[in-house]
Amino acid sequence: MKNSKAEISAKERRREVLKNLRRFGGKLYKQMEKGEFPQIKMPSRSTENIFYSPELRQYILGNKTQRRSSRNIRHIRPFTQLVWAGYFARELTKNRKTSTLRDVYYSAQAYDMSFKDQSESNSIITDLETVTGFSREDFKVFPEERSAVFGDLTIEYTVPGYEGKQLNLMSHPDGVMIGPALTSAEFVRTKADKVIAIEKGGLFTRFVEERVHRKFNALLVLTAGQAPRATRHFIHRLNKELGLPVFIFTDGDPWGMHIAMVIISGSANAAHLRELTTPDAKWSGVWATDIVDYKLPSDPLTEVDIKRLHELEKDPRYEGELWRRETKKFLNIKKKAEQEAFSRYGLTYIVDKYLPTKLKDTN
Amino acid sequence: MVTFEEISPADFFYRNRDIAGFTNPTRAIFSCIRELVENALDASDLSNIPPEIYIRLSRENAEEVQSELGVGVYKLRVMDNGSGIPARHVPSAFGQVLFGSKYKLKQARGTFGLGGTMAILYGQITTHKPVQVRSSTGTSKTYEYKLVIDIQRNRPLILDRKIHRNKDRWRGTIVEFSLEGDYFRAMPKILEYLKQTALVTPYADIEFVDPKGRLYVFTKATTKMPPPPKETLPHPYGVDVETIQRLVRVTEYRTMLDFMQRHFHRVGGGTAVNFLEFAGFVRSADPKKLKHEDIIRLSQTMKRFKKHFGDMNIEKLEGFTKTTRSRSMLDFMKTHFQKVDKNVVLRLLLAVGFLRTKDPRKLRPDEIVRLVRMMKRFNGFLPPDASCLSPLGEELLETGILKELKPEFIAVSQRKPSTYSGHPFIVETAIAYGGNIPKKDDILIYRFANRIPLLYDEASDVSVRVVRSMKWRRYKVALDMPIAILVHVCSTKVPYKTVGKEFIADRPEVKSEILNGIREVARQLQKFLTKREYVKKKTRSLTIFSKFLPKIAKFSTELARKRELPYITKILAGILEDYGESVVWHPYKKVGTNIIINAIVQTVQATEVPIESDYSSKDYIRIYVLSNIDQQDRIVHRSIKYEVETIQDTRFERQLVYRTAICKRVIENERSRLEWKPESPDTKQTFLVTNKQS
Repeated sequence: MKNSKAEISAKERRREVLKNLRRFGGKLYKQMEKGEFPQIKMPSRSTENIFYSPELRQYILGNKTQRRSSRNIRHIRPFTQLVWAGYFARELTKNRKTSTLRDVYYSAQAYDMSFKDQSESNSIITDLETVTGFSREDFKVFPEERSAVFGDLTIEYTVPGYEGKQLNLMSHPDGVMIGPALTSAEFVRTKADKVIAIEKGGLFTRFVEERVHRKFNALLVLTAGQAPRATRHFIHRLNKELGLPVFIFTDGDPWGMHIAMVIISGSANAAHLRELTTPDAKWSGVWATDIVDYKLPSDPLTEVDIKRLHELEKDPRYEGELWRRETKKFLNIKKKAEQEAFSRYGLTYIVDKYLPTKLKDTN
Repeated sequence: MVTFEEISPADFFYRNRDIAGFTNPTRAIFSCIRELVENALDASDLSNIPPEIYIRLSRENAEEVQSELGVGVYKLRVMDNGSGIPARHVPSAFGQVLFGSKYKLKQARGTFGLGGTMAILYGQITTHKPVQVRSSTGTSKTYEYKLVIDIQRNRPLILDRKIHRNKDRWRGTIVEFSLEGDYFRAMPKILEYLKQTALVTPYADIEFVDPKGRLYVFTKATTKMPPPPKETLPHPYGVDVETIQRLVRVTEYRTMLDFMQRHFHRVGGGTAVNFLEFAGFVRSADPKKLKHEDIIRLSQTMKRFKKHFGDMNIEKLEGFTKTTRSRSMLDFMKTHFQKVDKNVVLRLLLAVGFLRTKDPRKLRPDEIVRLVRMMKRFNGFLPPDASCLSPLGEELLETGILKELKPEFIAVSQRKPSTYSGHPFIVETAIAYGGNIPKKDDILIYRFANRIPLLYDEASDVSVRVVRSMKWRRYKVALDMPIAILVHVCSTKVPYKTVGKEFIADRPEVKSEILNGIREVARQLQKFLTKREYVKKKTRSLTIFSKFLPKIAKFSTELARKRELPYITKILAGILEDYGESVVWHPYKKVGTNIIINAIVQTVQATEVPIESDYSSKDYIRIYVLSNIDQQDRIVHRSIKYEVETIQDTRFERQLVYRTAICKRVIENERSRLEWKPESPDTKQTFLVTNKQS
């Protein structure tokens, strides 16, 4: 069988990962052969070394590096864990298996490499990302999935057993989970001309029911709250590879606003990674101004909300005109509204009236 | 009508037995044993033979119903192998209060000649029975006396006297008498007393049979004894008017100069003349009345002191004597030879005979008082030397403590001799950690004075106060650590507060010596504790390194897809080297299917090893370890043969266990490195197998 285009690029990627890991192990091996304590240098992920890059429109790591040496009694344990994580990632990649972060936590115990807790093992995986420059999805380590996609997009799987198999993402009305298989799949064709990302499952289902994908010729992505990295990468790919504009709908509060922002400009936690952001994506609502304009039923902002807004005011990602205006407005009206608030005007109001207006406004 | 009567010393102590430590039956039985044991030890110290002391306490009339629980009549027998008592002195030594051989100025346990007789006196008044004494100085005869004390007249009454043949030339003394006491209440203190005595007398064998027939044995750990003290003259700072008066009565010297030099401790010619001049006990000739011959003599003598007077001719000197206004030669010399040292002047005048001192026998009472006062005021006397003292010495002190407490760490210190009020004294201190020392809420303090354990009135003792006043945290000491401090004060006159010899008074000189002594050993303990902490920390870190490094090696090897594990043994050995160990690797041998690797861990050098500096170079040879051989094996390393000794000392044992453990870990790693094989491509990890899709 001839290799399709999709398969080649997936293989390519895997070879890159394996090469990188081998180089990583080789470096340590050499140091030990010389009778030295193995050590590694990697970009520092401390807050002083995280900068916002206006060009890339995302957070990046600065030039500061951090040395991890096994000579240091406090470093040797995380160091060993890191090397183990590299070994584990290689096993996964080599054998074309996937695993979750939770899996990693438990698998470590099989090697007498126990982690204190899940967050310790997560941070070791992040270290591995920093050291190698690959994201954990490249190592086939995924978080628990909850986001989904629906719409007219045909993909081709690259995961073992499904190689060459194609699927149209409209085949299931609940949407298709954005999991390891979908993440590594290649895009074959689509008729959609835009992507609409939605924060909440309820609204996502309503959009499918109301045939928003047809009416607006769109792919619908459910972020299910803060979008997981795989989902952000997926949106990035839709935007980059297929050239589709992205519109994001969230709740009308600082948290919803930030969900949109992370899809657009990424998070500080992922400053060591690329291809997770979609700088041209648009936040289409619900804005503070919408609460006023549409007279939406609203709740007063809590103290935590207000505090968060003040934080966002200082955030370099919020420098754009829209962001400044909306943060101010929130602080001004001291109100917030959920996406479901539109239901007071009838269940279809949001699809019939609000959505078209906003899509037009933000395009 | 008021009646006046005189009482004898025996009568006095009979009436005031509380002050000598015979307050109640419990205390009394303790004091009796203690007094006799101390006499026995003193007697052995004199003869310079390691003492063997046998004490037996038995119940008299065991069946007899006692009026009070525990209180009863006991028979005490104490036997020693000491110098023995000459036959003619036996009755007085045991039957007369304040008779003894210890009034001389040298260190001894007893000083008053009181204790032994007091014990017997106490026995006599509580049981109305005589004392039996048998003694020999090693001659062909032993003498046995049965006597009682005539309390009112302070005289022994001999009831019976026997002479035995002494075929074996036995030497020593046996004392046996009855007394009322409460052994079971006194038992803890008695045993503690014996234990501490054994500690401070590590060259003595002490056996004690208690009323229940239990035998307690304290065996000597050495035959070395401290040098016996020399008898000494009184030091001028320590004398009183009575002492001078007695001396004046018996002296054979005709001048004060000789008197001072011959009767006092550390007074030489120079000091004597200086002092007498200071005290105003010299008469100096009148320069105006000097005759021509006198001046010739003076100038001739001056030539002997040429260095000081240069060339001095007779004419010039005569000129001086004529014009001077001085009425004494001392003044004269002072005005005309200002630059000359006073000492030289005094020596010169004395040589020429222009200075005279009085005949001491003609001193008037007021002059004696002045002499004593001046003695105290004069600061030119040399401090007393310590030859009259017999401190235990650092070595014996250490032996004693190791024997009785078996500590993990010990530091001892002997201070330089010092004085208080003219009495020389030496303070010895020791600090011990771990071993048999119990963990209490506070530091354990052992107090000794002239090798007597002090057991009562601890809170009032100067040593205890010093220990309590110290900031122990500074020495890394927590009060709940198993720590014992020992303070030994020896002096010709220990500053006891009471006749009972239970605690030492707060003399500033003594206190400061004790403080400095304790500080000195405490600093050593601090070093030990710091080191111990360091070792603990290092051991912990080595454990961590040796756990994780092999894993890093294994995973890296897999990642790099190498066929062999890297040689991390070298890195682990490097950690050992950080601790001052150097690991010498021998090539491994293959015997059949087994791989044998030998390694020798050795200290680089005793001085370079921070954690080992407790050991002398003699000791560290013993620490050579071949970790897969057994004790008593012989090993050859760099063509030197070593025997692996059985470790007796707990301190070595701990170190050895530690080193062996490290070594084993390194060897273990080396072995698994050599036996390691890379995973073959088809071996899959468990999780992969279970996840496998068909």
